[in-house]
Amino acid sequence: MNRIGAKRIGWLQTRTGDDHSRLMLLLLQAMLIVAALITLLPYVWMVSASLKSNADIFSSSIQLIPAHATLSNYATTLTSTPVLPAILNSIIMAGGETIAVVVTSIFTAYPFARLRFRGRDTVFLLVLGAMMIPSQVTMIPTFILMKWLGWINTYQGLIVPRAVTPLGIFMMRQFMLSLPRELEEAALIDGCGRLRILLQVCLPHLGPAAATLAIFTFTTSWNEFFWPLIVVQSEDMQTIQMLIAAMKQAEAADWGVIMAIITLSVFPTVAIYLLLQRYFVKGVAMSGMKG
Amino acid sequence: MSGAAETTRSPVYTGMPRTRRPRAGAMRAAEARFAWLSLLPATVFFALFVGFPVVYSFMLSFRDWNLTSATAEWVGMANYEALLDDETFVRSLLQTTIFTISITVCILVFSLVAAMLLDLKLKFIKLYRTILYLPAVTSLVAIGIVWVWLFDPQYGLINQLLRGIGIEGPLWLADPQMALPALVITAAWRNVGYFATIFLAGLQGIDISYYEAARIDGATAADCFWRITLPMLRPTILFVTVMSVILSFQVFALVYVMTGGGPAGSTSVIVFYLYQQAFTYFRMGYASAVGYVLFFIIFVLTLAQFKLFGKQADA
Repeated sequence: MNRIGAKRIGWLQTRTGDDHSRLMLLLLQAMLIVAALITLLPYVWMVSASLKSNADIFSSSIQLIPAHATLSNYATTLTSTPVLPAILNSIIMAGGETIAVVVTSIFTAYPFARLRFRGRDTVFLLVLGAMMIPSQVTMIPTFILMKWLGWINTYQGLIVPRAVTPLGIFMMRQFMLSLPRELEEAALIDGCGRLRILLQVCLPHLGPAAATLAIFTFTTSWNEFFWPLIVVQSEDMQTIQMLIAAMKQAEAADWGVIMAIITLSVFPTVAIYLLLQRYFVKGVAMSGMKG
Repeated sequence: MSGAAETTRSPVYTGMPRTRRPRAGAMRAAEARFAWLSLLPATVFFALFVGFPVVYSFMLSFRDWNLTSATAEWVGMANYEALLDDETFVRSLLQTTIFTISITVCILVFSLVAAMLLDLKLKFIKLYRTILYLPAVTSLVAIGIVWVWLFDPQYGLINQLLRGIGIEGPLWLADPQMALPALVITAAWRNVGYFATIFLAGLQGIDISYYEAARIDGATAADCFWRITLPMLRPTILFVTVMSVILSFQVFALVYVMTGGGPAGSTSVIVFYLYQQAFTYFRMGYASAVGYVLFFIIFVLTLAQFKLFGKQADA
């Protein structure tokens, strides 16, 4: 075996102790480092700019680490921009959507995974088909519906049209199918109702799937731009993403302040990702490969 | 599993009056009743937010309506006919296509290469995987604006780096020739890591014994790539291509924050055009027609890709 310990080297057929392949491995490692640097550089540049004074931002030399680091952009952000209400709006929207999607996915997925009824497979195909419809097709009538209901500029207008997702139903169903049936059969023989089985037998095992779906939904919703842009028309209801876009569009855009707001807006999703990474990888595998 | 043991001890069973098992038919009926009851909220939702909009916007696409007037006038195929004569629409469609093809090629090449690198058992490999996925959890609005700043001709990092090696960089987003490529670079930076994670899952699903057998038969690394890796990855490649095409055809947020469709309309894309027609000019019927054309294109492209890859699989 190679000394670098390439046990699962797969596609790269290295020969033991071969200098040529050791050089190859070094080259591959260098490629990884370059890829990581390209990925990280914009983040470093963003945080660095948020800590710079205007004089340093408009400087003709590259300063990855600010020469005169200052928190003044963050102070300006907090005192003279509506960043806190915007963050609160985003938390309410993303939180509400997450709870709604997890609950509706569980109740909708269960019959598809476990129950026998006429038309089940046809209805499930329709759910999958709904995934194919671009949101731009449904957006205009949904906006008109929101107007009729008086839901423009409201949290329900932001949340309700996104409260059920085909992807969530699909993910939850796949997970339920992987649970052993025996768990439920014992309860069924004892004469337990299906609702009780779902809530007391099935639900306790859904933790990992629910967590994956919740994290996915929360970050997607936090980052969502298109629908809030349409359904929100007043400044006090705007989300953090809308605020950032509006600030960049403003006549005298203050780049230091904008970078500070962006850094604040990026922080929650990146933190969730770094802390709960295993759920993300699982989510990608669940949504992607079993289709 | 300890979970199963817990279930049998759960309070559900204690003190429950044992009833005789109902007949199978009655049970089946009860099961169906519960199924539909459980599906009811989602059914109402899909009727309101998918079914109704799909039908309504189809009907709207044959009408002329500005959102405020009481009636929407029936205009027949006029909206669709006008689209063909609308230079901005045709241009947006063309630019969306160029964007989609460029980004999909970038993703297929770079994501696969990245995934193969991430599949190696090297030091810090977990760290590299973590870093490369980071852009996928970052919002397009944030990314778009940071890249506007990176692309700044005077103070942006990219041109400053180019200047460092003696090249005067282009004006990027201010140059009608370079604005769309700049969008492609930004979108590639965002999506390569995400699709690499999907490719990685595909790679790890390939049984290692194929490679071992090939190696015994004297195959080179290149042979292994063309004869084992690529054919075995066909379902993943199909999935990534379809996803990338669907997502790229709907590109909006990046265009909205980075260029606003400019300069000189050079980055106007179809969804941005739809948004402008609907919410700047309030041409709801016309915008609905654009939406249906988009729907049709995505549908045909997806179908074509399945047909194409399906055929190759048979051969």
